[in-house]
Amino acid sequence: MSLAAETAAQLGTGGSELWPVGLLTLQVASSGLLIASAIGIPAGLGLALGRFPGRRALIGLANAGMGIPPVLAGLLVALLLWRSGPLGSLELMYTPAAMALAQALIATPVIVSLTAAGILQLGDELPDQLRALGASRWQQSWLLIKEARLPLLAAAMAAAGRLLSEVGASMMVGGNIRGETRVLTTAMVMEVRQGNFALALALGLLLLLLALSINGVLTWLQQRKTA
Amino acid sequence: MRWRALTLAATGLLLACTRPEPAARPVILATTTSFQDTGLLDALLERFAAEGGPKVKAVAVGTGEALEMGRRGDADVLVVHAPKAEQKFMDEGHGTRRRALWHNDFVLVGPPSDPAKIRSLRSAAEALAAIAKADALFVSRGDNSGTHIKEKELFAAANLVPWAHYLSAGQGMGETLRIASEKQAYCLSDRGTFLKLKSTLALEQLMESEPPVMNPYHVIEVSLAKHPKVNAAGAKAFADFLVSGSTQSFVARFGVDRFGQPLFFPDASGGPVEPGR
Repeated sequence: MSLAAETAAQLGTGGSELWPVGLLTLQVASSGLLIASAIGIPAGLGLALGRFPGRRALIGLANAGMGIPPVLAGLLVALLLWRSGPLGSLELMYTPAAMALAQALIATPVIVSLTAAGILQLGDELPDQLRALGASRWQQSWLLIKEARLPLLAAAMAAAGRLLSEVGASMMVGGNIRGETRVLTTAMVMEVRQGNFALALALGLLLLLLALSINGVLTWLQQRKTA
Repeated sequence: MRWRALTLAATGLLLACTRPEPAARPVILATTTSFQDTGLLDALLERFAAEGGPKVKAVAVGTGEALEMGRRGDADVLVVHAPKAEQKFMDEGHGTRRRALWHNDFVLVGPPSDPAKIRSLRSAAEALAAIAKADALFVSRGDNSGTHIKEKELFAAANLVPWAHYLSAGQGMGETLRIASEKQAYCLSDRGTFLKLKSTLALEQLMESEPPVMNPYHVIEVSLAKHPKVNAAGAKAFADFLVSGSTQSFVARFGVDRFGQPLFFPDASGGPVEPGR
């Protein structure tokens, strides 16, 4: 049987096995992205608007952090979460929460860096005018975020792409445990090792589908007013 | 507003993702890739769950890494296959009990063209020496796994040192066999993984070693005295399940329908581990 036909068959019949893995992939990546945004957007705003010593160095650090290797992020989180590590008593190792944490570590620099760039791109005048018109810090931040909506959603897309495709961190802190921490990328690695290429390809197609839909939604959000 | 709906949906996903664990503490099993890659691990975990056992989180790493996880107390129970390294682990006091599970043997596989002419040879030691002498391509696991440790023992016994065409893959058995297949190289594999993957590889088992290169698997419960965070009760339940009569007879039948021969031969008689095994 041809590989293509077998892959199609896997997508059809293997659905009951494939979809929960896809759902977990989505859950972990969106949790990681949420945590990263909760930290990264305020941090990016602060870096763009603040005037304090070391600001440039911090922006440089965030820019460099965009390239953090997922497997290094995984190792750092594993060192914290292993029972022998400082947070071992939380028993978070080999759980989806641990994977979300590692992914947050990967995505946060992307969000910080692209948020700062997006806000800086608005120029100095808008923030100053908003303050002059009597906007509070919170109102100013909210209006700037709305104004920088396009680059912020681009940041989300870039981060989502990194998270969906990473395998090193998920393998290390998740352990690829069936029904618990097995996501599409780690399942692919395992199926290739076992020689199940059709199933691995089916998993890959599902991953591609997921990435396309997420970016589709984000693009729609980004473009709905400007179109 | 759409933003709010999106935030709500995302929060829902986050909550679903971090739902609380069931009351019984999960057992962390560190084991070898061959246990997972043959499909035996998933089959046994299903049976253990059906018997109402606690949740087992199985992490497939090499034997070397599994033993390290035990040394740090990061795993509760280990299924490994490197007797000397296991004995050292026990001597250091990291394990409370080590019991024999099952065995298969290691096989030398290689390209059908057999450039080093090992087909006619009788023992693994002779064959490895011939491969070294011919400076033929050989792919090693190179990951301190049970298979890699056995390979190093065989090399030491035959006074061999890595030669120019000796490649170290640093990966699991499945990946290593695939590299060997693509490069048409020789490789030392456990019989179970090779049988499972044979149909997708351009490699053959070229000889039956006499005596066979034994590959025994043991289960080790990590010491609670040494590592207070270990789930000793869960580890004992899982180890007891592995050596039980019904599991052992299941293992003896496992794979016969697909490969025409069993992948593993049961060893658990309940008695102590024989010396040298």
